[in-house]
Amino acid sequence: MNNWFMLTLVGNDRPGIVAHISAALYDAGCNLGEASMMRLGGNFTIMLMVKYEGKAKALGDVIEPVADSMGLHYHVDHIKAHLHQHLLPDVRITVYGADRSGIVAKVSGALTEAGLHILDLESDVAGSEDKPIYIMHIEGHASEGIEALRSALEIVATEGVEVSLSPIETMMG
Amino acid sequence: MAVLPLLIYPDERLKQVAIPVVQFDGTLQAFIKDLEETMSAGPGGVGIAAPQVGQFQRIAIVDVSGARRPVPNNGRLLLINPKILAEEGEVKGREGCMSVPDYTGNVIRAERIRLKAQDDQGQWREYQCEGFEARAVLHEIDHLDGLLFLDRLVSRRNDLFRRKNYQSTDKPA
Repeated sequence: MNNWFMLTLVGNDRPGIVAHISAALYDAGCNLGEASMMRLGGNFTIMLMVKYEGKAKALGDVIEPVADSMGLHYHVDHIKAHLHQHLLPDVRITVYGADRSGIVAKVSGALTEAGLHILDLESDVAGSEDKPIYIMHIEGHASEGIEALRSALEIVATEGVEVSLSPIETMMG
Repeated sequence: MAVLPLLIYPDERLKQVAIPVVQFDGTLQAFIKDLEETMSAGPGGVGIAAPQVGQFQRIAIVDVSGARRPVPNNGRLLLINPKILAEEGEVKGREGCMSVPDYTGNVIRAERIRLKAQDDQGQWREYQCEGFEARAVLHEIDHLDGLLFLDRLVSRRNDLFRRKNYQSTDKPA
């Protein structure tokens, strides 16, 4: 039986969120898998693989008191998942420029058409309040080769964003 | 000739410091053949160090001449009792390890190195390596000192504006 759940938690950031949530899960006999946890716009966000020998509702009951006490929303999904499923990225793309709407849609649209499978994407809005800049970091797999992505990005780059692409060569030693 | 079994982390023996080779004889040469065969058997393996097969002697082999994307190289490097003489520059790159399956991470290494090492007859030779090959050599020498790339991981986040990384991985303008 597959006992993996994806636990999502979001709420105002404060110190101690990870410690409290993970302690509650540990006390309930859960095992943790892969996770992404980060502060986004003053919120703290958690996407966490949890292995638990019960139903989603029971896992929710484990999380609810601690989530409530810290002002976090939570969501539990039973997922089809396995560990040791990493795919090796072979390309890294960084994009930055004056923030405006449509950057992600344009860039990711062009890349998808050129065969990119995004494995990891992080983005930030930085700069000053009146002149924000947008910065995006993508790692992925270029199923149609890196040159195809490069050509696709040349068109996007003429529209006022700086785009750079570099192959990721993994040294296996 | 034989493919030797690999030690897999968390095997504590991978953290052991290897001792210098003093005997350059038939036993050593036979071991080197086995070590090389073990390296070639690993998927995409471009380097191997004796401690990875439980032999705690200062022996490593690096061969990036068959890398997926051609890189400057010295062909097959047999490094016995290697010593780094000079390091220059720093560059971030992705590494994996046959002793750490299913994980890759970013590590900062010198961009260019000069080193000396003995061959299988005990003769000292000097080499200059750069980029991918230098990374492989440094990764393998780390194994001789009981270090894994996990000991040198750097975050994938917040490194957009590292100029050196930019220059060395981007296509020339």
